[in-house]
Amino acid sequence: MLDHPSPALSDPPQAEVTAPVYVYELPVRIWHWVMALAITILAFTGFLIADPIWPLQMGQPYNHYMMGDIRFAHFVSAYALVLAMVVRVYWAFVGNRYAREIFLPRVWSRQWRGEFVKTVRWYLLIEPETSKESGHNPLAQTAMFAMFLLGVIFEIVTGFTLYGEGVGYGSWSYDLFTRWVVPLFGSSQTVRTWHVLGMWYLILFVIVHVYMAIREDIMSRQTMISTMINGWRFFKDNRP
Amino acid sequence: MGAESQTFYQLMRAQGTSRRSFLKFCSLTAAALGLEPVYAAQIAHAMETKPRIPVLWMHGLECTCCSESFIRSGHPLAKDVILKMISLDYDDTLMAAAGYQAEAILDEIPKKYPGEYILAVEGNPPLNEDGMYCIVGGRPFVDKLKAVAANAKAVIAWGACASWGCVQAARPNPTQATPIDKVITDKPIIKVPGCPPIAEVMTGVISYMITFGRIPDLDSRGRPLMFYGQRIHDKCYRRPHFDAGEFVETWDDQGAREGYCLYKMGCRGPTTYNACSTVRWNGGVSFPIQAGHGCIGCSEDNFWDNGPFYQPLSHVGAGFGVEASADEIGAAAAGVVGAGVLAHAGASAIKHWQKIKPKPKSDDHPPHEGDRP
Repeated sequence: MLDHPSPALSDPPQAEVTAPVYVYELPVRIWHWVMALAITILAFTGFLIADPIWPLQMGQPYNHYMMGDIRFAHFVSAYALVLAMVVRVYWAFVGNRYAREIFLPRVWSRQWRGEFVKTVRWYLLIEPETSKESGHNPLAQTAMFAMFLLGVIFEIVTGFTLYGEGVGYGSWSYDLFTRWVVPLFGSSQTVRTWHVLGMWYLILFVIVHVYMAIREDIMSRQTMISTMINGWRFFKDNRP
Repeated sequence: MGAESQTFYQLMRAQGTSRRSFLKFCSLTAAALGLEPVYAAQIAHAMETKPRIPVLWMHGLECTCCSESFIRSGHPLAKDVILKMISLDYDDTLMAAAGYQAEAILDEIPKKYPGEYILAVEGNPPLNEDGMYCIVGGRPFVDKLKAVAANAKAVIAWGACASWGCVQAARPNPTQATPIDKVITDKPIIKVPGCPPIAEVMTGVISYMITFGRIPDLDSRGRPLMFYGQRIHDKCYRRPHFDAGEFVETWDDQGAREGYCLYKMGCRGPTTYNACSTVRWNGGVSFPIQAGHGCIGCSEDNFWDNGPFYQPLSHVGAGFGVEASADEIGAAAAGVVGAGVLAHAGASAIKHWQKIKPKPKSDDHPPHEGDRP
């Protein structure tokens, strides 16, 4: 970070930090885009389930299966999301070190906390530029953990609680979730209310996430959006 | 008190019931419980051999709608339950005795039949001010409830009051009305929620207990699975309209006349566990959804705070004086965050542009300096 006292030694490290880094391995990239698609479908169909906004539809019930189809899409996307999350958790153990970042922000590390403060100052437009970051910056890790990961887990638990009610007593989702989550919240209606609030929490995350990715792609010293497509992080300058 | 040693059958014969009527009664009870035909014989056998169970029915903070519902039971008739199946020794609404005589029974039965009688509780105890908000017979209800429950075999919680707290426990719950399972913690409690519960569900639970000599299978919240195992929505006759996406939009539109699903009118059927859509009310005549009004979820915990009853999404944050649905709160938060993102993007763009733009040359001296003499 500080001035290099010896100019003779500065050349090789510079070349090192400038080399592209393979950050997001293929399973992580597939997982990311499955999540993006699943969350979009889940939020869209979830809105319609909570409040079916279409106008009065007439005819015998056997002519339509509108609500049934929407709920089916919601449930299929939910299963896709859960399976993708299971694979992703597995990959956190076997993948590279960047695959672990969002599950366990290194809050105990003094250097991590220093970078955290620096990143906050960067977003407050005080810091002139970021450090070179090969993975997520500390603030991004925190947001990924607190907003994305906890939000998704909350939605999975409350979602399968409601799903278990429909599938019925004795089903796996009833035994695993409904049995204890409904008493925890007080009533099924309360779980429903919180499930909708949880969706909004994730929508807030998506707004911030998309904005930050685009902003960092333009303003930071490394690539962002293309990294989630090809896996490689390129750096825009040769300074350390 | 000699009657308790008699079996049900002996008592019924003494009251003039023929053997034929007795067997018909057993068959009807089996049918009402949804049991196989062979169980009619089991019920008959139980009633021929088992002594009547003493039942003490106590009333706390409540509106007596549970009792009103109970006495309207058609299968089995409430009079058969009270006079032939159980020995209802105390119920201040239904009993003939009054005053000290009546209150003495609450001391006498637990001493005479420890661990054998059933305590049925309608209403709940308020705990604030040492229970002073509900005084029965000169003592706080909570004290009497604990004393009588101490030696009971099992406890039945009638209605939403005893099971969850009901309207007297709605926010901010000034009397601290408390469901009985928070007060009685060492006895099996069967919750029969509803405001009121369905009459046949109430008599059905009692019939089951005297027939099989045990409490029915309960779900994780203590409700009998045979009546509360499914939501009203799961057996609703309007369910096909829900799946089709055909909803009543206003109370007098064509959808309402066609009998479409009441989900958009705030029906709580999808979140309410009860037997209304199968057993129905008043001897199977109708139930709220059949009458064209959505379910308000009266057998659910917190239903009084989960309003408004005419919107599918509940209001949240009633405790803070702000009432909005989850969607309104979420949209407002998204608006704030979106505006923040736009403002930040604008500021970032200005900064970025300044960085790219070459800086003005520093050797330009201010024009006014050059004119100085």
